[in-house]
Amino acid sequence: MIGFNYSLGLESYGRTLPPDWPGGFWWHWLVFTVIILAFVMTVLLGFVWFERRALGRMQARLGPNRVGPFGLLQPVADALKVLIKEDIVPTQADKIVHWLAPVVTLVPVLMIFAVVPFQDGALLVDLNIGLLYVVAVSAVPILGIFMAGWASNNKYTLIAAMRDVASVISYEIPVVLSLAGVVLIAGSLSLNQIVLTQNTPLILLQPLGFLIFFIGGLAEINRTPFDLLEADSELTAGFHTEYSGMKFALFYLAEYAEALALSALIATFFLSGWRGPFLPPWLWFLLKIVAMFFVIIWMRATLPRIRIDQLMALAWKFLFPLALLNIVVTAIEVLVWPEALPWGLIPVNIVVAGILVLFLSKKFTLGWGRIEV
Amino acid sequence: MTLVLSTEKLATKLEQQLPGSIIKSNKDNLLVNSGFLFNLASFLKTAPGLEFDFLSNITAVDYYDYFEVIYQLTSTKHNHSLVLKAQCYGRDNPVLPSLVSLWRGADFQEREIYDLMGIKFEGHPNLKRIVLWEGFQGHPLRRDYLSW
Amino acid sequence: MVIKTEPIILNIGPAHPSTHGVFRMRTTLDGEVIVEMEPIFGYLHRSIEKLAEERTYTGFIPLTDRLDYLAAMSNNLAYCLTVEKLAGIPVPERAEYIRVIIAELQRIASHLIAVGAFLQDCGAFMTPFLYMIREREKILDLFEMVSGQRLTYNYMRFGGLSQDIPEEFLPALRKFVDQMPSYIDEYDQLLAENEILLARTKGIGILSREMALNTSASGPVLRASGVEWDIRHADPYSIYPRFEFEIPTGMVGDCYDRYWIRIQEMRQSVRIIKQAMKQLPPGPVRSTVPWLIHPPVGEAYAHVEAPKGELGFYLVSDNSIAPYRCHIRGPSLINLTALRDMVVGWKIADAIVIFGSIDICMGEVDR
Repeated sequence: MIGFNYSLGLESYGRTLPPDWPGGFWWHWLVFTVIILAFVMTVLLGFVWFERRALGRMQARLGPNRVGPFGLLQPVADALKVLIKEDIVPTQADKIVHWLAPVVTLVPVLMIFAVVPFQDGALLVDLNIGLLYVVAVSAVPILGIFMAGWASNNKYTLIAAMRDVASVISYEIPVVLSLAGVVLIAGSLSLNQIVLTQNTPLILLQPLGFLIFFIGGLAEINRTPFDLLEADSELTAGFHTEYSGMKFALFYLAEYAEALALSALIATFFLSGWRGPFLPPWLWFLLKIVAMFFVIIWMRATLPRIRIDQLMALAWKFLFPLALLNIVVTAIEVLVWPEALPWGLIPVNIVVAGILVLFLSKKFTLGWGRIEV
Repeated sequence: MTLVLSTEKLATKLEQQLPGSIIKSNKDNLLVNSGFLFNLASFLKTAPGLEFDFLSNITAVDYYDYFEVIYQLTSTKHNHSLVLKAQCYGRDNPVLPSLVSLWRGADFQEREIYDLMGIKFEGHPNLKRIVLWEGFQGHPLRRDYLSW
Repeated sequence: MVIKTEPIILNIGPAHPSTHGVFRMRTTLDGEVIVEMEPIFGYLHRSIEKLAEERTYTGFIPLTDRLDYLAAMSNNLAYCLTVEKLAGIPVPERAEYIRVIIAELQRIASHLIAVGAFLQDCGAFMTPFLYMIREREKILDLFEMVSGQRLTYNYMRFGGLSQDIPEEFLPALRKFVDQMPSYIDEYDQLLAENEILLARTKGIGILSREMALNTSASGPVLRASGVEWDIRHADPYSIYPRFEFEIPTGMVGDCYDRYWIRIQEMRQSVRIIKQAMKQLPPGPVRSTVPWLIHPPVGEAYAHVEAPKGELGFYLVSDNSIAPYRCHIRGPSLINLTALRDMVVGWKIADAIVIFGSIDICMGEVDR
């Protein structure tokens, strides 16, 4: 008989409330909600500036440098511009779905930050199924994107939204499987526990898992080289063609929030979260997030984009077998050599990762060729 | 240097092959009977030693009594070139055979000549206006189309 | 149970976010696969050929700039060569050398934009495009020294050039020519071996040799399909026989070959410029020709190897001050003939890449 145990979250929640926390349950909840929202919004604005500036410098031009010193107030200018724009809704569009789509896209991304640890024990709720929660919640924004593509009553947006649904569903599988390797080594699904057990960053112990998670994550948040959704040279602007004003701003923010969430998750799972020698932990966390985001921007400036069927081929024929093999290898290591963890296993893992990637990359073709009509 | 073929020798050779096709051979071009244009062109394309495989350009000029269509042919294999001319009379319905089935490069150029000069090409798979919009009346490049 | 599907008709264009101008592709799609494609253009038709009959011969030169506005010097050169052939006007040596230098610089500038826009169509956000614009700016500075203009130069005249090059031109050109090969190597290195670029362009949009010759493709499109036909070698004009340079030829005829050929042609152009700079003689840059010329009755067709293909002018004269008929053989229009066969069977994303690799300028297509 399937029953829902609603008290599961709260019990564990009550257990991990730090003993020296003044006030009670609701005070803790309020403070952390405010911290998370403030953190996400500020860092998001900072990321908008950082991306435009870094992208500009890599492209042999200056980024924004007029609004404020070094263009630091540029996101504020963007926000003001977007707030005063007229909100245009196509007449034949499905009004309720059209209105609801940005909300469905942005809110779940904010919900991911509820379980990400900023410091030891400093998170909104330390669910002991934290990883499962993250995976579940991160699958909801795609519904919002499809709602946007459908409700705009436009052929281009429909094609773009269908592409996106296909790609996100395909990439969920390797992403989740690569996290299984992390769980096997850390021994827990709670994100705080995962950080606490990382005396060595898991990127060294799980190089293959990191690669799969990174590439799959990039595909899920539709960044280059997988940004065929917003491909300017193809289908005008993709699923958010018919959006203007604040709703477009919500989609824009949702894209950066997803990038922030991906950076935060990679920092937590693979780069040992807030741990580091001299600086305060939350600063280490921030630095790792910024470093990951810089790598994401770097890839955007350098790489061309791949086609939709090549994208699907990469997920199903390359990343998925790789993720399965990763689990098998990690499971064998954890079972057979638990005392060799961690230092003995690092070179073994890196070598195994290298061999598997090289071998599998020769064995599949990227996408179809010409189709006879 | 691309050799411009001597038209007299070529004219006699072509007259032997297809009698009645050459009307006049000028210094640097051959005036061709428009009824024989298609057969002559296919002979020029396939005959060994001639083998004109590249159609550089098709132009139409409006001399008031007649329209003249000029074909610039080149052979990349032997590196020689030839100019063919065909005339069609009558301003209401001038017609010429289309060379699209021999050289596909004639496709857009013949459509443009139809659009701007009004010369119809028989056998063209898709003869409709190309640079002007459908529903445009008249053929602007004719000398009697006044633009003001 | 078979689900009934129907193909949808999608218009790609005319207002393209890509940089190729107003061009409309009316595609019939079955899922993502293109089943049928019809190119529709004519949005930029300015009736330049009709205007030629109302302008004097010299007065038509600025209009030729607006044909392929990204490579205006080549258009000027083609027109001036045609009129010189028609009227028998000689050109002094110095003018010939400067014409060759300018034409090759223009080829480099046009190929830079072509490659940049092609890579942007492949998705490399704007980085290669901006790097190539950086080099093109140097060439445009050189052209501004020479003619005062950055885009539509109006520089060539019948019998030579409109004015001589200033003193600061040759040192600046020397500096540019010394630096350019390293930049071309940088572009080559940046993306030539990139897996994603290879996956997007190798084997895509193949134009076979027979089809390329049959559809009168010219320029890099023809050479990529394996035909070694370059007008500078096969039917040389001006003083090209005095320079030695190679003709890069592709083997397969896919998008990657067209991209690779343009990069190699830039290297060969630098080579030609270096040789021309060494041999530049002093002297007049224009033979004495009246401003209002009356060519004898007759007709002439002259063609040059413009960056985009074979650009030809056909002029008919009746001894008056304006041409009786001026026809422009635009390479972009004729290269488009093969587009439908190159695109059918591929996907939408490939159609954009294939279209970008042909390198079209709408000014020439519509005239």
